[in-house]
Amino acid sequence: MSGAHPLTPVILLTGFLGSGKTTLLQRLLDDPSMAGAAVLINEFGEVALDHHLLDRIDDTVVLLKSGCICCTVRGEVADALLNLESLRARAEIAFDRVVIETTGLADPYPVLQTLTAHPVLRSHFAHGGVLTTVDAVNAGRQVDHRAEAVRQIAAADRIVLTKTDLAPPGTEAALRDRLGRINPTAGLVTSADPVPAILADFGPALLPAPREGGHDAAHVCDATCNHDHGHDHGHHHHHHPGADTLGVTSFSLVIADAIDWTMFGTWLTLLLHKYGDKIFRVKGILVIEGEDRPVAIHGVQHLIHAPTHLDHWPEGPRQSRLVFILEGVSPDLIRRSFAAFTGLQEVRTAA
Amino acid sequence: MCSLCGILGCDDHWTNAVDRPGVYSRNRDSQSRRMETARRLKAVNRIASYRRLRLEVWQGRSYVLSSATGASSVFEALSHLWPEAEALAGRAFDPLDEGLIAWMEGQRT
Repeated sequence: MSGAHPLTPVILLTGFLGSGKTTLLQRLLDDPSMAGAAVLINEFGEVALDHHLLDRIDDTVVLLKSGCICCTVRGEVADALLNLESLRARAEIAFDRVVIETTGLADPYPVLQTLTAHPVLRSHFAHGGVLTTVDAVNAGRQVDHRAEAVRQIAAADRIVLTKTDLAPPGTEAALRDRLGRINPTAGLVTSADPVPAILADFGPALLPAPREGGHDAAHVCDATCNHDHGHDHGHHHHHHPGADTLGVTSFSLVIADAIDWTMFGTWLTLLLHKYGDKIFRVKGILVIEGEDRPVAIHGVQHLIHAPTHLDHWPEGPRQSRLVFILEGVSPDLIRRSFAAFTGLQEVRTAA
Repeated sequence: MCSLCGILGCDDHWTNAVDRPGVYSRNRDSQSRRMETARRLKAVNRIASYRRLRLEVWQGRSYVLSSATGASSVFEALSHLWPEAEALAGRAFDPLDEGLIAWMEGQRT
């Protein structure tokens, strides 16, 4: 398929009920960079509230008709995208990206899976990243009690904090810290930031540098590490590493040597076959044996997207880093398994 | 597409992605495909031997997984490998299982 046309990126806009997805979408669509976007929105229940709130309804806005986008509308997402592609092929419309706004209860995974698995869609569309809105006032409670909210945050490539002006003083900093521990791979912005800042360098393949603060970015914990991490949330047991929201933790594997791509792919496939429902997110940048340039991989649950061959190394040390966001799986067992399968000795876990 | 059965055979596994600009794939040309397939068989068989299974390629298109007792299954997509392997072995392949980790460590020597 050499000479294939470029795939159109599909951006998934998700976030819990009332977290400001539509308000953000309205702002994004006003920006000139989004002039070429086609938009799919979802109505939930009988009244298409989201639809009425949008003031840019034209030929490139398709309203998904029934139910929640997370499962029942999966076929409709495919149909709507095929419809857009068909209209474009007939030169009736033009667009350079698609934004899908999900309902607040949606798990982003089925939509991403549709993009990757559908035999026609995957030749025209690519995963363009997950943008998750998080309400600074209510998020604390939501991530305590709602698995959907945690999954949306875990799936995010960028988190947009909304309603920060309404949040009590000090809430935002604590929330940022918490979100950073649930999903250290996502960039964090606020909805008040300029649109170019919200969309800058946004994409699923990008792996931000290790977080500043909390854990020292240069410090790498391993199985023998026995110091206190001094988290500022009032308890000092050695939970290792990452967050404790609904049992969701995140950690990185840091690998010093180049990786055998074939064995890595086989191992990760087996790991996700067995634990894909507990591993919400995998994202990494890898040094592959025989390659000069790094390879980025990213996946949500059972799904791994086509690996990206990056043009150059991002800032920071040139070593492989693989970030997992998961629930109920031991980071140290994953480290040992990775080392055993790939035959690499210097594999460490880090925050 | 398979000319015998008409099934749209597409091995859409992420490690075998369609070669596009920006995508890392060893699915570039027939030579790199063959080399990668050989490497993949070797890698998979190191793991599959834990349950006395063996993977081979049939006509460069399908995979054949067989057990020590002579049972076999044929599939086209790599994404079917581990479910097929577990069905054939009648037991799980758990990469976090201590026994399998020890087996893989032993394979290195």
